Amino acid sequence: MHEMAIAQGILDIALDNAERHGAKKISRIRLLIGKMTGVEPESLHFCFSALAAGTKASEAELDIVILPLIGCCRDCGREFPIEAMRFFCPACSSAEVEIISGRELRVEYLEVE
Amino acid sequence: MEIQVMANVLDRNDQIAAEINARISSYGIFTVNLLGSPGSGKTSLLEQTIKALNKELRIAVIEGDLFTSKDADRIACYQVPVVQINTSGGCHLDASMVKGALDKLDLSALDLLIIENVGNLVCTAEFNVGEDAKATVLSVTEGEDKPLKYPLIFKQSRIVVLNKIDLLSYTGFNMEAAIEDLSCLNPQSVLVAASCRNGDGLEVWYDWLRGQVASKKGSKP
Repeated sequence: MHEMAIAQGILDIALDNAERHGAKKISRIRLLIGKMTGVEPESLHFCFSALAAGTKASEAELDIVILPLIGCCRDCGREFPIEAMRFFCPACSSAEVEIISGRELRVEYLEVE
Repeated sequence: MEIQVMANVLDRNDQIAAEINARISSYGIFTVNLLGSPGSGKTSLLEQTIKALNKELRIAVIEGDLFTSKDADRIACYQVPVVQINTSGGCHLDASMVKGALDKLDLSALDLLIIENVGNLVCTAEFNVGEDAKATVLSVTEGEDKPLKYPLIFKQSRIVVLNKIDLLSYTGFNMEAAIEDLSCLNPQSVLVAASCRNGDGLEVWYDWLRGQVASKKGSKP
């Protein structure tokens, strides 16, 4: 259940930003979560609502966008979706593949009142 | 009103992890975050490693455990410095826990620090604790499907020890499929087939550690 630690991180970022902008209430938190993270959205919703109770974010909706797993070949520069966890370039078969999307755990923006 | 944030949720942990790594690197210590399922053989691998390398390397251990000091007690028998972290039910170590534990070690007297994480293939993969490398122990009794079921931890590991090969004939473990999946998922990782019970295959792991310790020492600022 590391979603509790992740939810705490999200709440800290949201409350800190709301405070700095003088917001009274947070209504929405847009999250970007990569496909290759160990985060279970349902569990994250549950943990977040437990932690946010009694704060400015108590009624905030967690709006989760899942980002696909995309690799980029360091040898030929090809960008491609990684399927079935095969980290080889489909163009040149290189194993030098960098993940350019799919590892995100990021708060993109907040909607506040 | 909309507030643009673009903040990484794990930034705070990653900052502390970077501070830890800078601190241990200033002493030229190589640090491993040792991962794997409960019962995969992490502590057995540690015991064998200490027995094999204790005369040539100065080793210390940080033990992560939910509630007990059972693993730390096992390691303490080998006369190496060991610090216990109890996570009180927490499923992974995080950087701030390790930062506190580091203060209890004499870093000037170490070559190799091994941090045995809580037994878990999911949560531990997301939290850096300041290590130079992650190493995962996967035992053949767990089944060959684990790398694709828990890809992140295997993707992030520089080395994977396939443990309990002495039990291979009693399990349905498909070694070929496991090696194929691990190689596709993480082509750069080192695979070691070994038995922590009888020591078979562990020389490859010891040599990897020796090489990493030597190159870390060589790059000491």
